[in-house]
Amino acid sequence: MDGIHDLGGKEGFGRVQVEEKEPYFHEQWESAVFAMVINLGDNTDRFRHSVERIDPVSYLTDTYYGRWLGGLESKLVEEGLISQAEVKQKLLSLGVADEGRVAARPSDKVAVEFKAKANQEYPNAARTLQTEPLFQEGQGVVVVPTGVEGHTRLPGYVRGKRGSIVALHGGWVFPDTHAHGLGENPEHLYTVAFSGIELWGEEADADLEIRIDLFESYIRGF
Amino acid sequence: MSNSDASVRAEALESLLIDKGLIEADQIDQTIALYNERVGPMNGARVVAKAWKNADYRKKLLEDGSKAIEEFGFVGGQIDKLVVIENTASVHNVVVCTLCSCYPWAVLGLPPRWYKDPAYRSRVVREPRKVLEEMGTVVPEDKLVRVWDSSAEIRYMILPELPPGWSDLSEADLAERVSRDSMIGVEILGAV
Repeated sequence: MDGIHDLGGKEGFGRVQVEEKEPYFHEQWESAVFAMVINLGDNTDRFRHSVERIDPVSYLTDTYYGRWLGGLESKLVEEGLISQAEVKQKLLSLGVADEGRVAARPSDKVAVEFKAKANQEYPNAARTLQTEPLFQEGQGVVVVPTGVEGHTRLPGYVRGKRGSIVALHGGWVFPDTHAHGLGENPEHLYTVAFSGIELWGEEADADLEIRIDLFESYIRGF
Repeated sequence: MSNSDASVRAEALESLLIDKGLIEADQIDQTIALYNERVGPMNGARVVAKAWKNADYRKKLLEDGSKAIEEFGFVGGQIDKLVVIENTASVHNVVVCTLCSCYPWAVLGLPPRWYKDPAYRSRVVREPRKVLEEMGTVVPEDKLVRVWDSSAEIRYMILPELPPGWSDLSEADLAERVSRDSMIGVEILGAV
């Protein structure tokens, strides 16, 4: 989806704000959100997609763990583990009558195939493939020009651009289907190099190179 | 969402999950303690120091990062496949995740806020020299800048250049001097 999360190359965000001696967690609730996500983390792709779907204003104004909180709530609702009515009721019992802006955006387009249990390890997403890779190191490729409606790991800024394969990584679970409960469908994964000028035009430094990991179905030979 | 709104909403979710037996309060505490105590850039720093001191290890690390760090037994995850990239006299490398916040937790810990914020994610693929300069790091003009956008499950860590004048230090002393930012690629060690 062409969501607010797809930030590569967007302009206007200003300087990077660095905090010296930053703790991992600024507030107790941030650490609780982190731990809940980790302990219920059966499907990283699905979680990433639930974060992408929180409303854009919240995405930019909530802190990082605020985004995780919105994403976690959507994911739990979609998986049928909790309902938003239950959240509302629980908030009432904690003295909160007015919910204000709710970042979570549960979708009915996510297939329910829930089987997460607490204490699961993050499953490794590498898969052995029987098929040979379509592309080889050094080969020129062009990225498909369009995105997809749901989850994807193809950022907008490389679509339609020409680059070259610099590394092959074997087979990996395909996030675009895995996030939606539509199976792992592993694909070959490549690192593709692009020149700054190809991506940004003449304004880019002549010696800038961007390397990004792309699934086989995101690219074509030319 | 204000901080207090987020706090109470997180409490509501945690309480619901505990009521339903999906999670135990102890698990939350254990996870937080694990990351606070055992997962951090001191782990990556040990790897870098070892690579600087041991040419064979350096070679192995650059060939297969995940395998080379096995001996350390790091915990924390997000290293299904770790690729270590060396900074050299001709190339300066820097890592980002433009789509979310992918980061090699087991060697670098949890990422700082700036790494996850829109400013860094949007700009570093487009004008990396300027972003690094604003963060206090001037990349010499004669170096090519290469940005790695971690868009899949490969995780990247930078092996910084050994600063001149550090070569006589012990591995342990070196490990104490390797910063988190140098392993992300936004800092050049030993630069004045």
